[in-house]
Amino acid sequence: MLSLILKRILEAIPTLLVLITVSFFLMHFAPGSPLTSERGLPPEIMANIAAKYHLDEPVTSQYLRYLWNILQGDLGASFVHKDFTINDLVAQSFPVSAEIGVWSFIVAVVIGVGCGIFAALRQNSWIDYSVMAFANLGIVLPNFVLAPLCILFFSIYLQWLPSGGWNDGAWPYLVMPVIAMSTSYIAQIARITRGSMIETMHSNFIRTARAKGLPGYKIVLQHALRPAIVPVLSYLGPAFVGIITGSVIVDVYFSTGGIGQHFVNGAINRDYPMVMAVTILIGSLTILFNAIVDILYALIDPKIRY
Amino acid sequence: MITTKDKVDVVEAFAEQVVEVEGRSLWQDARRRFFSNHAAVLSLIILGLIALISLFGPWLSQWNYDDIDWEALSDIATLGRPNIENGHYFGTDPLGRDIFVRTLQGGQISLMVGLMGSLVAIVIGTLYGATSGYLGGRVDSLMMRVLEILNSFPFMFFVIIMMTLFGRHIVLIFVAIGAISWLDMARIVRGQTLSLKNKEYIEAAHACGVSTTNIILRHIVPNVLGIVVVYATLLVPNMILLESFISFLGLGVQEPMTSWGALISEGAVNMEIAVWQLAWPLGFLVVTLFCFNFLGDGLRDALDPKDR
Amino acid sequence: MKLKQSLIASAVLAAALGASYVQAAKVPEGVKLAAVQEIVKGGESEPATLDQQKLQGTPGSLRGRDLFEGLFNEDGDGNLIPGVATSYDANEDNTVYTFHLRDDAKWSNGDSVTAHDFVFAFQRLVDPKTAADYAWFAELPGMINATDIINGKKPATELGVEAADDYTFVVRLEKPNAYFPKMTIHNTLFPAPKKVIEKWGDDWTKQDHIVFNGAYVLDKWNVNEKMVLVRNPMYWNDKETVINKVTYLPIPDVSVEFKRYQAGEMDLTSYTGIPTNRYKQLMKDTPDEVHITPQLGTYYYLFNTTKAPFDDVRVRKALSYAIDRDIIVKYVKGTGELPAYGFTPDIVNGFNPIKPDYATWTQAERNEKAKELLAEAGFGPSNPLKFPLLYNTNDQHKKVAVAIASMWKKNIGVTATLENQEWKTYLDTRNTQNFSVARAGWIGDYNEASTFLQILTTTAGSNDGKYSNAEYDRLMNEASSMQDPSVNYAKAEDILINQDMGIAPIYTYITKRLVKPYVGGYMPNPEDNTYTRDQYIIAH
Repeated sequence: MLSLILKRILEAIPTLLVLITVSFFLMHFAPGSPLTSERGLPPEIMANIAAKYHLDEPVTSQYLRYLWNILQGDLGASFVHKDFTINDLVAQSFPVSAEIGVWSFIVAVVIGVGCGIFAALRQNSWIDYSVMAFANLGIVLPNFVLAPLCILFFSIYLQWLPSGGWNDGAWPYLVMPVIAMSTSYIAQIARITRGSMIETMHSNFIRTARAKGLPGYKIVLQHALRPAIVPVLSYLGPAFVGIITGSVIVDVYFSTGGIGQHFVNGAINRDYPMVMAVTILIGSLTILFNAIVDILYALIDPKIRY
Repeated sequence: MITTKDKVDVVEAFAEQVVEVEGRSLWQDARRRFFSNHAAVLSLIILGLIALISLFGPWLSQWNYDDIDWEALSDIATLGRPNIENGHYFGTDPLGRDIFVRTLQGGQISLMVGLMGSLVAIVIGTLYGATSGYLGGRVDSLMMRVLEILNSFPFMFFVIIMMTLFGRHIVLIFVAIGAISWLDMARIVRGQTLSLKNKEYIEAAHACGVSTTNIILRHIVPNVLGIVVVYATLLVPNMILLESFISFLGLGVQEPMTSWGALISEGAVNMEIAVWQLAWPLGFLVVTLFCFNFLGDGLRDALDPKDR
Repeated sequence: MKLKQSLIASAVLAAALGASYVQAAKVPEGVKLAAVQEIVKGGESEPATLDQQKLQGTPGSLRGRDLFEGLFNEDGDGNLIPGVATSYDANEDNTVYTFHLRDDAKWSNGDSVTAHDFVFAFQRLVDPKTAADYAWFAELPGMINATDIINGKKPATELGVEAADDYTFVVRLEKPNAYFPKMTIHNTLFPAPKKVIEKWGDDWTKQDHIVFNGAYVLDKWNVNEKMVLVRNPMYWNDKETVINKVTYLPIPDVSVEFKRYQAGEMDLTSYTGIPTNRYKQLMKDTPDEVHITPQLGTYYYLFNTTKAPFDDVRVRKALSYAIDRDIIVKYVKGTGELPAYGFTPDIVNGFNPIKPDYATWTQAERNEKAKELLAEAGFGPSNPLKFPLLYNTNDQHKKVAVAIASMWKKNIGVTATLENQEWKTYLDTRNTQNFSVARAGWIGDYNEASTFLQILTTTAGSNDGKYSNAEYDRLMNEASSMQDPSVNYAKAEDILINQDMGIAPIYTYITKRLVKPYVGGYMPNPEDNTYTRDQYIIAH
């Protein structure tokens, strides 16, 4: 176990380096730069701005400068929000997205896994169909439809919840973002759980357990759940990273100030340092949570070897 | 040579016996079970109908997908309503274009995108995941790290650069969607493979010298197909919606052509004024999605090697 | 003429009334004020910076007008009214301007706002080290040495500005310029706190360091969520300011912003605040909340004149004629936009653009003429014209493009294939002349025709269609030092549209804002320079 963790940490460094390098060069290869604007500036003013941000240097020296800076923990200055450093912006926005994400994750896992198991145990009955239909609502209603619907219903019609804002995460501001964020995950988790559970319930060792006359809930909890949860775990690793690094739709519709909006704005405006920062964040979290999932595999099934 | 081949055959036969007590062909068996699942068969029929109407339905209308009804344009909220008389069976969009024809035309694109995305995910994702999980060790480490890099890479730039290099072409949208759709699938399959590979029959096959390719293709893949199919059907709506984002970046479907994703995002803005602009394309997406779900479940049940 | 008169009028007014006519919330008799004087406003999107010299767009100007104050402000009719300056004198040929500053204007840390802060700000604007986007704003009126400083040939201290004493600020221009005082309402010419910036450098805009001289100071800034401003007790006219707290919500999406307004969480939307599909209903249900005013901006299509067949004036004219602008403004846009037949909007100060010939024809006549011109240029049913039409991804641009492409097809048999690109790719394609016809828009920086006509001169940075006409360039060059340039503007506009159709104007932008009926003192002008310190909340 300890060696696995150590190995992963060692592997993480070259992985991140490759990610940073590839992203950095590809991003600079895309048309446009942070300075491209509709108001064609006089060339001498353009040159002054380019010089100030070192954009007049060759990409390789910009790259080396960037690497040197991130080694010192400096993610650079934003071209879009010039009064803030990228460190400021990430520190301000990531906690917002993480809070929405963690709540959404909890909601999605509890409802999704619950629905999935419940439906699997009543396979092909009307209960199965209605539970899955409910869970599937999330995929059916994409979040750019669900978010305005929520606002219409909860804020304008019922007037129960504020239609947007964050207010340091006070709960009324949290409800709709969590709904919009979690629903599609609920559906996916429920379906994977259901499929996997059905498969497990049909396997030989469960039949043996049944033959022994164990009660249903014991079979599910003690025998079936463990192997059935493996594909759910494989899904949850990357899903968790996606869910806590925010969604531009949720951020834009509810003005939460999360990191999802920064990422997409950054990409659209070629705010290189911002895109790099979020890429590194997503990369690190992906590596971390994949490692955690691998450790969990081993805990669930001690026979697993890599 | 001969002895080795014999050995392989014997082991394979043995392995198959372990999996299939009755020794019938997996595929034959699957087909029989699939067709006895009414929900799945019905879904397949409905999907077929949707595909057919998407292809041939536009001929049923007097309007073309890019025709602007200048009269309806003057007051979409009343003249643009669904109306049999003026030929707008589903109403018009904010520019007075016929939603019926546009939904069907969008269906052609969206169904293709959904199916292609899933197909790429199934083929590449399954093989990649199974190989990585089965081989283990350094190969697994390397393949998984590559996957992590691809997962974290800012996809938007990939699309933008592709557009700059190759210009706009409908085929490119499939390349872009294919590039992203298989990543999660590969991780899920790898996870399944990890727990499968210490099953006795795999170890036995390995011990008897069955080639790695054969073990992966004939023993691992059939056993993960169930979860693969379930996940692939989940991907369909995701891919359909992803297409509208790629089109936003300028690579995908170009106006005046459309897709369900584009129609839905446009309709969402107008849902209080002209609900038909959202309801029809969303309705088609919902029906398609549910059909894919039942179809997926039917296939899963049919392909489950343990399910006798 | 209009320009000159209004400038003289405002100068006289300023001199005569002195400090007694100032900007403040003027609550009419009998209006009962609400107990809570707080306002929530649409903030467009996030400003790039609060540093007024480094400003880039309207979100920054909007907040800047509350946080800072320049020499002059603008009232609801676009007239100058005193700000930090109480009055100004100009020498005979309008090359030397002397601004007399009030002595009670203060920064929020208690320091006085002096002429040195203006000198510092103006120098900063042109200093290459500042790398200001708007550095050209000092070049435009011809401040002495501005161009050389921007080019790095002279130090910033050589700029033609001077503090004669603490409260007398002098600006010297290389050539006569009658509209310079008008330009001082622009944020880039606001003062900069010399002491603070010298102490902190580029970090001065950090929340712990920054100081303001406007009616409000920054209280909280959560990026992409909100910016909260509170009253500045140091502001010289704080006693006449009514609203205590201003919250800006940076919502770029109009439908999202509209929902916040519907939910009662916003009192005043941004200038794009009415969704196209809501206009009719809003006009019916709550007409008193709908505020539509013309804006100093033109939406147009660029022709790539370097590329055949768009180098042929007949093709350009045909395409422009075949656009039915009435349908575009009435049904496709449908929120009170005005059809545009010329480049400079009609509402511009000091110049009444003459309508080009085709503006007076019926659409049927235009189509007829367009077909003739196309046939002359060699295009017709046997050889149809086909080209891509470029626009940046956006629902509104898409609608206009689809409609126009459809009109071209129907009216003159021309096929335009639509091509959308994301923002920066689109800009890059435009800048590199890699297009045939492209969507464009221009919002004036100041209320004067040159802010439009200048950008289509041969060497202008924004002239992506590479329109070029020597006579046009000459007229514009001459205009910059004329006492009354409107003659030249009229000729230039005639060459640009009537003769060359260098671009195809489509419509004039409007400011479309929803304002709750209990917000008093909302006074929009063509440049949309509104100030929260004029406003108040009526009891409701």
